[in-house]
Amino acid sequence: MTGVPTILDERFRAAAAASGELDVAYDVLGDTPVGPLLVGVSERGLCRVGFDPEPEAELERLARHFGPRVLRAPDALDRVRRELDEYFDGRRNAFDLELDLRATPEFHRRVLAELKRVEYGHTTTYGALAAQVGAPRAARAVGTVMNRNPLPIVLPCHRVVGANGSLTGYGGGLDRKEWLLRLEGALL
Amino acid sequence: MVSGIPPFERFYECHKGEVLAFLRRRAGRDRADDLFQETFLRALRAYGRLEHGEHLRAWVLTIASNAAVDAGRRERPTADLPVEPAGEDERPALEELAPLTDGLPPKERAAVVLRYGYDLDYETIGAALGSNEQAARQAASAGVRRLRKEKEQR
Repeated sequence: MTGVPTILDERFRAAAAASGELDVAYDVLGDTPVGPLLVGVSERGLCRVGFDPEPEAELERLARHFGPRVLRAPDALDRVRRELDEYFDGRRNAFDLELDLRATPEFHRRVLAELKRVEYGHTTTYGALAAQVGAPRAARAVGTVMNRNPLPIVLPCHRVVGANGSLTGYGGGLDRKEWLLRLEGALL
Repeated sequence: MVSGIPPFERFYECHKGEVLAFLRRRAGRDRADDLFQETFLRALRAYGRLEHGEHLRAWVLTIASNAAVDAGRRERPTADLPVEPAGEDERPALEELAPLTDGLPPKERAAVVLRYGYDLDYETIGAALGSNEQAARQAASAGVRRLRKEKEQR
């Protein structure tokens, strides 16, 4: 099997990113403080942030939701990479990115829209979020929405805690939730 | 995901080595680099319209072959078709076949190259050409007849 020189491979990926033909361009950010992150953008905006990326399963999922033209194309992720770097460095406390939530069910989108308003360094509770979307008894359903959040960190589900102040749970594991809250100064 | 079409990343990783090797044999090492990018950009443009994920290898080799023909036409508009210098990992059959078939209609040419140069079966070739086994067989034999006739007339 002929090996494809790296320069040729990178050149094609850059051309694909610039072509406007990709359904999703993604990259794996290998060295963030919370471990590797898979990030993906569509032509509409950021569509995926994933912890512990198992590329195989993630790519299948992206193809199912957004279309089969899914390619690792780092050039398309420059802005996302920069904003995440700034956030992890403590130099950014809000993201200025378009989001693509078209694969997310309606109720989830409503909850995530409320979640987006929870500011850096603050926390809220599952029950409070439920009340804000007009479903005060749906705290458990809100927990499910947080667990399936397609854009963790950027949509800050780590800022949602139990009514008694316990961290409760996190799709990316409690260690990461704690790390993010400490970064933001929400935990002492 | 539509009936087994893999994410483009998988498709690209799976076939990129073979496509580059094919293009180096077909068009020479220098031109293969540009054709490699052209081939996968063409594949990317068409990928969203695929109806199934079968015969993707034959499909992408056909695209590569067509990209090489188009580049050849741009560079040499006359019918003067020198044989390309041999690549280091050439396959003689394909190397001899490719320049000879440049004058054939595209479908016959693709059928002949994929059958005799690349040793694919007719069912695969039919799928790659968007037709069927029988049509691929007919296109290949029509191509061979035409090549024989051209040779006799020389």
